[in-house]
Amino acid sequence: MSPNVLALLPEIILTITGVLVMVAEPVLPAGQSRKPLGVLAILGTLAAGFASWYQLGFGTIHAYFNTIQVDSFSVFFHLLIAAIVLVTLLSSLDYFEGHASHAGEYFALTLFGATGMMLMTCSVELLMVFVGLEISSISTYILAGFRKGQASATESSIKYFLLGSFATAFFLYGIALAFGSTGSTRIDVISQNLASTATPTLALLSLALIIIGIGFKVSAAPFHVWTPDVYQGAPAPVVGLMSTAPKAAAFAVLLRILFSGFPSYEPRWASLIWIIAALSMTVGNLGALLQRDVKRMLAYSSIAHAGYLLVAYTAFPADGIASACFYTAAYAAMNVGAFTVITQIGGYRENVRTIEDYSGLALKRPVLAAVLGFFLLSLIGIPFTGGFFGKFYVFSAALHAGHVWLAVIGLLNSGIACFYYLRLLASLYSRRPAIEDNLFDGITVTLPAALALTITAAATLLLGIAPNQVLSLAQRSAAATAPGSANSTTNASR
Amino acid sequence: MQLALFIIFGLLAVAGAINFLLQRHPINSALSLIVVMMSLAVLYWSLGAEFLAAAQVIVYSGAVMVLFVFVVMLLNAGEEERTHGSRAAYFAGIPGATAIFCLLSFVFLTNGKAFGSTDLINHLTHTTNNIAEISQVLFRDLLLPFEVTSVLILVAILGAVVLARKEQ
Repeated sequence: MSPNVLALLPEIILTITGVLVMVAEPVLPAGQSRKPLGVLAILGTLAAGFASWYQLGFGTIHAYFNTIQVDSFSVFFHLLIAAIVLVTLLSSLDYFEGHASHAGEYFALTLFGATGMMLMTCSVELLMVFVGLEISSISTYILAGFRKGQASATESSIKYFLLGSFATAFFLYGIALAFGSTGSTRIDVISQNLASTATPTLALLSLALIIIGIGFKVSAAPFHVWTPDVYQGAPAPVVGLMSTAPKAAAFAVLLRILFSGFPSYEPRWASLIWIIAALSMTVGNLGALLQRDVKRMLAYSSIAHAGYLLVAYTAFPADGIASACFYTAAYAAMNVGAFTVITQIGGYRENVRTIEDYSGLALKRPVLAAVLGFFLLSLIGIPFTGGFFGKFYVFSAALHAGHVWLAVIGLLNSGIACFYYLRLLASLYSRRPAIEDNLFDGITVTLPAALALTITAAATLLLGIAPNQVLSLAQRSAAATAPGSANSTTNASR
Repeated sequence: MQLALFIIFGLLAVAGAINFLLQRHPINSALSLIVVMMSLAVLYWSLGAEFLAAAQVIVYSGAVMVLFVFVVMLLNAGEEERTHGSRAAYFAGIPGATAIFCLLSFVFLTNGKAFGSTDLINHLTHTTNNIAEISQVLFRDLLLPFEVTSVLILVAILGAVVLARKEQ
């Protein structure tokens, strides 16, 4: 196999499966179930995941004139994205049954979006990153508006599209300025030329614009305003996808750009990230306290989690990258899991919205309530869950780098966060007013959805009791991204 | 000569862009966008990028503008109504835009002397033919982004189909 094909094997598989799904869609007679297409998409995602795993055995692969670099860093994120997409597809296999005629396009768009995200994580050329970012963004803009009957869905889609395009413009301007000051858009060449550039201010400005652009995509404060409205209107399985997979890809891009592209500017961007992280945690958690709608609350919680994750960027490269990778995985497991439960409870109509609506769930559906409760505990960061070790590694990495105040702000925020997660948890286990008792009658957990819940719950639990396997993979990926610094710092996270 | 051309067409591009924002009728806005595109084409040409200038005229002033005008026609869009905008736009948007403009101008003015000293790694040099150079970049160095753009366009088409089709 030529290195070019080998390096892009997961993306090629995903694209071909996406095209197959897209072409098969119109052939199926109208009104027939689109589930076979969903199964095909699931198989394609599995194959792509295995292809990424297969790539791990080849070490670092450079392809397409050094636009693509496949290493353990990219494989880590490829596997993560494949897993998120797999769970999303499983949980939405029955979501569109009898409601939308375009479920086939849903599966195709999810696969294409995953292609874009995977391309983002394995490219070391900023223009390639940009094209991947656009593929993933445009797919999610459309997926956000998939419940076309609802006005909130259209609002969600348009808001996401307009603000996302705005963010992309910042990112692109940043790339253009980086080219202007260093003469290249390749991340490794940028870092070489940065030392001798005659226009350091311009390079700094380009970095700031890139951080703003990525900040929008990962919904870090103060670029977070779109998040609650978009998450409220978008279908629940799509929210599970877009609050984790595109963010994981964007965080991976930011790790690559900061730690291998601009390592010499570390003190400057670290202070910028410090401010963004502190703001995101505080704004996210305080905002979540005020929400009654569960999806809006989880939207603010995702802003807060973006903040926790950004704390890792202020640490030393080896610790920082490893803990950021681990946190991304832990956050993905618990957040996709929570949204899978919400998908099952709300159904296509999503008539279970507020915290009050969830009261009494434990009496009617004890297993679903227990699983949702487990994910909420993990989002708080209780021991024996993935969320705990995620936070532990991130904060200890920040402490190790001397950012005591940032860690203190993070811990205080975790305390605030307890309140709104526990409020929902208490509501699940409280008695329901007898008047509107039929809200949970229509819930049927199908086999694929049960499988999705099992996968996410098992992942969250495993990351909480045996984190070493994932952590060692994360540390390998850290060594691949910041090679020089991997051995220079002792490991504080053990 | 080049400076004179730059000043004339640079000012024209800025004036066109401002006019684009101020016009109330979509067709007038679209027409002032043509002015911006054509002035940019002249700027590219004066920098020695003849191919890019020609592509700018054909793609943007030609194809994209025709598309805009068609959309305006199909939507039957009339004169836009002015709402007074949100408060956020006045209190955060305008100061924010001004701040970014000032920041960019400051950086460009302070770094102005050093511009042009960056080694663009054989890009934009006059030693090779302009078109040969572009194809070198497009079909060799950046082959993958060029090819993957097809997936991007496919996603956009698929999305247009999904959003335009009626729910049954």
